[in-house]
This record gives sequence, C-alpha cells and structure tokens, in this order.
Amino acid sequence: MNVAILRFPGTNCEFDTQYAFEKLGHTTQIIWHNDKTLPDNVDLVVVPGGFSYGDYLRSGSIARFAPVMQEVSKFAANGGKVLGICNGFQILTEANLLPGALKRNTNLHFISKYQHLKVVSTDNTFLKKCKKDEVLHIPIAHADGNYYVDDENLAKMKANGQVLLKYCDENGNEDSINGSVEAIAGICNETKNVFGLMPHPERAIEMLLGSDDGVKMLKGFEN
Amino acid sequence: MKAIVNVYLKQGVLDPQGKAAHHALGSLGFKGINDVRIGKQIVLDVDSSTTPDMIKEMCETLLANTVIEDYDFELKP
Repeated sequence: MNVAILRFPGTNCEFDTQYAFEKLGHTTQIIWHNDKTLPDNVDLVVVPGGFSYGDYLRSGSIARFAPVMQEVSKFAANGGKVLGICNGFQILTEANLLPGALKRNTNLHFISKYQHLKVVSTDNTFLKKCKKDEVLHIPIAHADGNYYVDDENLAKMKANGQVLLKYCDENGNEDSINGSVEAIAGICNETKNVFGLMPHPERAIEMLLGSDDGVKMLKGFEN
Repeated sequence: MKAIVNVYLKQGVLDPQGKAAHHALGSLGFKGINDVRIGKQIVLDVDSSTTPDMIKEMCETLLANTVIEDYDFELKP
C-alpha cells in the first residue's frame, strides 16, 4: 500500500505516522502542503496530527485551503481513502469532507492520556478488523476535540453507520471526556471513504509504548 | 475603511470558555449574570470598494465555521 502523509507548517505527527505504516510494511511519502499534486499511485492519504498554522483562527481552518487539500478533495470525491488523525480530523471537518465540527474541550484542558474507546461500527474499511463493542486503548492529545454535529445530521450519521468510535471507560460505558456529542471520538463520511478521529492509532502500535491496538485500525486500510 | 467582524458560537452550541468565565465571575461575587458568551472580533482594513457581500463571502468561506458559529459585521468608513 502506498500512503501519502501530508505535512503543513505546524504538523508534528507525520514521522510517527510514517513509522507506523512502514512498520506495517507499507511505502510512505510525506507530501508538502504547497504541492499541487498527489503521487499517482496513492492508496491512502493521511492527514496527521499537530498544530497546522498554529491552530490560528480555528484548528484546521487555514490548512484546509492549502494547495494540496484541493487535490485531497478530488481524491476523496473519486472514492480515494483519506484518514484524518487529531488535527487531521479537524482539517477534514473544516474542508467539509466530514460532517460536524470540533470545538474546545468542555473542561478547557488539553487532554493528553491513554483513553478507552468503544468500537461502534465495523461496516467500513477503517475498523473492519475490529469487533463491534470492542474496547480499544489509544492515546489522545487534544484541546479541540469536542465534537459537535446538529441532531438532524447526527441521526443520519447513526442510521448510515458513520459513528465509528466513542470515548468510554474500561468496561465500555460511554464517557464524553471532552464534551463531544454522544461521546463521539471518530466518524466517517456518507460514502465511507473519508475517516476522522481525535485519538492517535499511530501512537499505539507496539506494546513497549503501552498498546498495539492501533495496528488493527491501520491494517484495516490493507486490502 | 474598516470591516469589523464578530464571530461567536451559535446559541444552543455550548460555549465552554463562556461557561468558565461565567463561573469565575460568580466566584468573584459578581451577581445578576445570566449568561456569558465569548467570541472573537476580526478587524479588516479594506478598500473603499469592498461591499457587504464580499465581507459576507469572507465570513462564510474562512472567518466563521457556520456549522457551529454565527457572525455579524459592520463596515466603517
């Protein structure tokens, strides 16, 4: 699999993401935000975490207008798979590639810790190697992870299996740690080829660092 | 000419910063505060040919995220 990893000024998870996908045996390329094209043979575009453009104005709001994002929008419109992690999730909502928006955490804190997540829907590329209701253990690190979507769109997303992950305790009881609507931690678009989540699966790929639950998530993109 | 744009979270969308400030004001003994909403003001220095429609487009495209935010603006000579 060929993975294109975007890099904006302020991105800081591109090398972790590269390390994770290369450890799983994939070829990666880091793509600069000013590039006007994506490589021809890309199977997956990852918008990694960080603080693109210093989170100025709103997290992700400036990055979405970077030249490379026009290409990502075209790639996604043609069915290409896109994964946004943390700031990448924020960028994809700002770009209207994913529904809703991410606000400041309700407690106003930057929350950085291991967090339990419940798998809500596995009928998609990303989580197909996970089990429904399985509890994963994945690091989170964000200040603006408070997911908001209006009731009408939330109902559509639920009916279509677009709610993918929820924050929970170790027993799988939902716990909206940052104020997110219905404790939502990860979603996908209507056509299930664009994925976004606040937690960092690329930081949970070896037991040495406390969890390898991220492996089965990233492996979902393999055919 | 100046365009003064105010952006704030929509009514009904919880404003965590406003809530924290509200709580802090209460702790300091200030009374009679029903709600606090925190927004941001963006001041643009623009040519005199700038129309309200142009400012509206800037707001909708970049300055506000209309999924969660409302905005208003005024043009001042």
